[in-house]
Amino acid sequence: MKTETAPAVPQVRRAERPKAGKQSAGLLGGVSHVMLVLWTILTVTPILYTFLNSFKTNTEIFGDSPLALPQQWGWGAWGRAWETSRIGEYLVNTVIVVAFSTFFTMLLGSMAAYVLSRYDFRGNRLIYTLFVAGLSIPPFLALSALYKVVDNVGLLGTHTGVVLVYVAYSMPFTVFFLTAFFKTLPTTVAEAAMMDGCGHARTFFQIMLPMAKPGLISITIFNVIGQWNQYLLPIALLPGDKQDKWLITQGIANISTSAGYEADWAGLFAALSMAIIPILIVYVIFQRQIQTGLTAGVGK
Amino acid sequence: MRRGRLTPGAVRKWGFIASFLAAPLAIYIIFFVSPNLQALQLALTNSRGISPDFQYVGLDNFTRLFEDDVFWAAVRHHGLILLVMPLVTIAIALFFSFLLNLGGGQKNGQLSGVWGSSFYKVVFFFPQVLAVVIVGVLFQAVLNPQKSGILNSVLGWFGIDPVGWLIKPDLALWTIIGVMVWQGVGFYVVLFSAGMAGVPKEIFEAAALDGANRFTLFFKVTLPLVWNTVQVGWVYLGIAAFDAFALVQVLSIDRGGPDNATTVLPLEIFRQTFTYYRFGYASAMGVALVFLVLTFAALTLRVTRRERIEY
Repeated sequence: MKTETAPAVPQVRRAERPKAGKQSAGLLGGVSHVMLVLWTILTVTPILYTFLNSFKTNTEIFGDSPLALPQQWGWGAWGRAWETSRIGEYLVNTVIVVAFSTFFTMLLGSMAAYVLSRYDFRGNRLIYTLFVAGLSIPPFLALSALYKVVDNVGLLGTHTGVVLVYVAYSMPFTVFFLTAFFKTLPTTVAEAAMMDGCGHARTFFQIMLPMAKPGLISITIFNVIGQWNQYLLPIALLPGDKQDKWLITQGIANISTSAGYEADWAGLFAALSMAIIPILIVYVIFQRQIQTGLTAGVGK
Repeated sequence: MRRGRLTPGAVRKWGFIASFLAAPLAIYIIFFVSPNLQALQLALTNSRGISPDFQYVGLDNFTRLFEDDVFWAAVRHHGLILLVMPLVTIAIALFFSFLLNLGGGQKNGQLSGVWGSSFYKVVFFFPQVLAVVIVGVLFQAVLNPQKSGILNSVLGWFGIDPVGWLIKPDLALWTIIGVMVWQGVGFYVVLFSAGMAGVPKEIFEAAALDGANRFTLFFKVTLPLVWNTVQVGWVYLGIAAFDAFALVQVLSIDRGGPDNATTVLPLEIFRQTFTYYRFGYASAMGVALVFLVLTFAALTLRVTRRERIEY
């Protein structure tokens, strides 16, 4: 939508009002900077405070100046958290589950979306509507019934069950987004390939998928973050007696309750830091892609 | 004899369509569609837990629901969240995205964001990437009612006594709403920034050159131009107002307390399912929740539909 001739017009007229912009920029600019800095502090402080507290003693945390730096920097709480809170185990579980569920969400979602966007057949509209209707249903309606279904197929308390449920719950948005995306791609390349004798499946995997890469990346990020942060489904499907299967979010929630009994607050903050740091690193590296990926869902 | 339509090519095409749709459809139907349909059925039964023995009780669950004080408390809480949270989030996000994209005044005849815009966008967005559970545990420490709580100790510098953010029944829900706003603002800053980037800059520059001050530039020019994006954001935040499950469950006192002062429908559905094993009753509550969400979505789409500005 950008026009390249833009600068030409303003440059002529700018000379007439040289000061108007600058004057208002002074005072208002100052106020707006204060607001921005304030919100930055508001955003950063809780996270920074968590990191700092992981190095403190209980007396320092509950002392008179909770915002002061720790007196001694030691990794003791981190060691305790790693050993007792099983945070490493939960992280590994989550990586495994999310790797499988995102992979299958993307594979199956793009297969369905491709067929629905490019092939005319009876029932196409119906199947598409069935997928997209899922967008408007909150996951809480089917909570009891889902528990029954997963129990019936014998997958309660297993990672396989969680992966399958994640894939199913990610389908509506993935299919909705990718169907629209495949429709924006030119048809000519695929048609030429088919003329040359390339089969339907090969056309999809070798020609269409590479062409759809930008859309696939956005939705992959969307699904990875959504599934990584999922809380309701793990606590519903991985019950308390299967603690070795737990995922990071339910582990964190549990640690926060048990930290109160054990009064190891530094340990809690260390465990929390361990959950935040990987996300922080990934975010800092991929922040541009993550921002577009997550907001892609809301776009037109 | 073969019918003319079944050429080898057609067979291959149909085989391809079927093979590509089979797996996604099967998983989706088994683990999404069928539980939702079963929920509608369960809502009419007295089903308890996974036991296969239950009776149909007609609309009994719903009559009980309408007499359930906790249910109405939860509905009221959704109402308050729905009134306050989207409005505050959108207002703050619009203000910041305006500053970050157009608030920097003119440089070489072009409007730009204030200094450091891209840094602010990166920082503001970060809470969105954190799991709500992590945000909940973070804020347990921030909102600790003692004077060692981080927010209370900051207030202490100004001589203000410690506030029981989450333990006062009148205040607790507002505190929860505040945390929702804290987490949500950055996402909408980025979203609205994208909306503003989509508007040709000449429009803003022409307005600025014609002497429009920042208030006019914001309310008369920017806001109408990004109204579509704001509307979409409103729908998303409205739907989020009917969730709030993880935050209330992790952050509030006694999971929805004190004394049900912060409870929400998803939390009650979870409690009925996994604490009391009242699967029938929980499903009826789920139906009520879906009804509320869909009513909200339908109303919003009717009310906010405006003429779109073409540019």
